[in-house]
This record gives sequence, structure tokens and C-alpha cells, in this order.
Amino acid sequence: MFKQLASSISNIGSRAIDGIWRLGHAARFFLLVLLKSGTSFQRFGLVIRELYYVGVLSLIIIVVSGLFVGMVLGLQGYETLQKYGSESAVGTLVALSLVRELGPVVSALLFASRAGSAITAEIGLMKATEQLSAMGMMAVDPVSRVVAPRFWAGVISMPFLAAIFSVMGVFGGYLVTVMFIGVDVGSFWSQMQSNVDFRIDIINGFIKSCFFGVAVTAIAVFEGYDSPPTAEGVSGATTRTVVTSSLAILGLDFILTAFMFRGI
Amino acid sequence: MQRRTLDFWVGLFVTAGIAALMFLSLKVGNLSTYGVADSYVIKGNFDNIGGLKVRAPVKSSGVVVGRVADIQFSTQSYDAIVTMNIDSRYKFPKDTFASILTAGLLGEQYIGLAAGGDEVMLKEGDTIMKTNSAMVLEEMIGRFLFDKASEDDGF
Repeated sequence: MFKQLASSISNIGSRAIDGIWRLGHAARFFLLVLLKSGTSFQRFGLVIRELYYVGVLSLIIIVVSGLFVGMVLGLQGYETLQKYGSESAVGTLVALSLVRELGPVVSALLFASRAGSAITAEIGLMKATEQLSAMGMMAVDPVSRVVAPRFWAGVISMPFLAAIFSVMGVFGGYLVTVMFIGVDVGSFWSQMQSNVDFRIDIINGFIKSCFFGVAVTAIAVFEGYDSPPTAEGVSGATTRTVVTSSLAILGLDFILTAFMFRGI
Repeated sequence: MQRRTLDFWVGLFVTAGIAALMFLSLKVGNLSTYGVADSYVIKGNFDNIGGLKVRAPVKSSGVVVGRVADIQFSTQSYDAIVTMNIDSRYKFPKDTFASILTAGLLGEQYIGLAAGGDEVMLKEGDTIMKTNSAMVLEEMIGRFLFDKASEDDGF
């Protein structure tokens, strides 16, 4: 009885130690990537190639989902606001919810599942097929040649993707409420402009998306580089990337919102 | 993939991203109406500012002429000192009347300026003498009940 209790407690302890060890490993790897990113800026072609795969190929899903999120926001917002006779505020509702929250968060979640998983799978497979070791043999540093360009491509493309998502959402809301339902065009835009503040709403949304970009790509490259070099290991690492980065996005979003809008 | 097509698509992506940011700040946000280019500062003491907030508009005849820059409490006179930035295109007489008004029934609060007839204009750093506090619902209901009670006593 006592023995069982002791073993279950030591089980918890070993899990906690493993988790903290992995976190420290990830932090050291993140520092290593930052230290070795000199090459990515000297040979910017490497980053541009990754920007194509990470950013440009994510555009379709971002544009389409932004449009639909905006259209749904417009419909739902109109239904509720119309009860209080303030349907002209629907533009404010759509723009504020997109710029502050939905733009950065939803585009980061989509980015994690579209691009983050691809980065992990690619690096993990390169490791499993010993391409990374081969590079090391040829005195090419795999961290500065493979990992850092992918990291910077993700960090650069995330704010742009979030901005495009928000713009498409505002356009979707405009399409549904002004074109479809018939809210007045002038009050749609003027209410939006008078209530969306450049510094409080747009700059803070932009800062949020920068944080999410760093978090998602750092998790993706670490999971790929750290994955066990087997088929099972790569698939597990890909799953972990999506799960961990989604949780990190939501947790970070709460913390950032608390700092930005509550002024703690 | 060819290097040139790659560059083209990435260039298009980055341009679209920057255009989206510009659209957000100019068309969705209020960057275009941000910061009155040339402004002067005036102050006003109010007994009660209600729900007035920093960056609330200052209007005269319904036109936005400035913004609230700062709100502070003074322990010398025990009232609120509201600092306003007024567009320097608009000059107001010294005896201008400032009151805190509400847009609509539940809307945001703003400062309304009603020009007086003085020859001397307000300068940078001047204080408006005539102010009218915000309407507080509880006080109004209280006064109404008080009036009603004293009316009943009369009968």
C-alpha cells in the first residue's frame, strides 16, 4: 500500500522533471536558432524560398476562412444588434472582434495546422533520413541552413497573414450586411472608423500576431528537430506541434489581452 | 521551382500583407483622423465628469474640434481637471461654455463647447471658467423624487 503510493508519487515527479527538462531543452534550442540566424539574413534567398512554402501557400486557407468568419460575424451581429435598433454598429462589432481577437488568433491556429505541421514533418523526415547528419558531415550547420530560415519565414509571414485575415473578414462583413441585408454604407464605415483606435486596437493586434508567429514556428522547428528518427516519431512530433502551438496561442492570447486591454 | 517565380509570389504576398495593414490602419482604424496636426491646450475644471474618457471628442455645434488629452483629480479644489487639445484652426472666446454631454441615450460622453461673446480668445494653457458637469442618472432621479415628495407635502 505504502509502496504503491510512493511509486505513484515518484511517477508524478519523473513526469514533472521530464517536462521541465524538455522545456529547458526547447529554450536552449530557441537561443541556438537565434544565435545562428546570421546566415539566413546574409543569404536571404533561403528565407524567401521558405516564405513561399510557409506564407504564400497558406494564403488560400487564410483568405477563405477570413471571408467566411467575417460573413458569419456580420450575420450574427446584425441579428442581435437589430433587436436594440443599433444595426449600424455592426461594422464596429465586426472590425473590433476581428482586429483585436479573431484575426490574430484564428489565423495563428490555421497557420499552426497548415504551416507548423509541415515544418515539423519536413525537419523530422530530414532527421529520420539522416539528411541533417549528412549536412553536418559536409561541415554545413543544419541549424543555420535548415532551421533558422524556416523560423524567420514563419515569424515574418504571421503578421501579414493575420492582417490579410482581418481585411478579408471586414470585407465579408461588408458583403453580408451592406450588400445583402442593406445596412447603410456610410454608417457602417464611419461607426467603424470612430470606434476602432489605431494604437489600442490595430497595433495591439499586430503585436499579438508577432508573438503568435514566434511561438508557433519556434514550437514547430523544435518538435521537428527533436523528433525521434522513426516514422512513428515524426507523426507524433507533428501531432504535438499542432496541439502544443494551439494551446500556446490561446494561453498567450489571454496573457497578452490582460496586459494590453486591462493594463495590468 | 524557378527562382524568379518564387520571388514574384513572395513579393506579391508581402505587398498584399503591407496593403492589408495599411487598409486596417487607414480605412478600418482612425489613423487618418489621428492627432490634430496643429493644436493648442486648454483646461477646464468640472465638478463631475461622469464617464468621460481620455481621447473622447471635443465638439462644437456637433463638429469635432479637438480631443480630451488628460483627466486628473485636483486635491486643491476637489474637482476634475480635464485637459483638451483643440485644433488651432478653431479659436474660441474667453467666455466659452464647456459642458459634458452624452451622444444618444447610452452613447459615449463628449465635451461640448458653446462659444461666448468675448473679444479675447482662449490661448495655450488657458482655463475655461464656465463649465457644466456631466448628468448623473442617480442624482437626477434623487432630485426628481425629492421634488415629488415636497410637492405631495403641499397638498
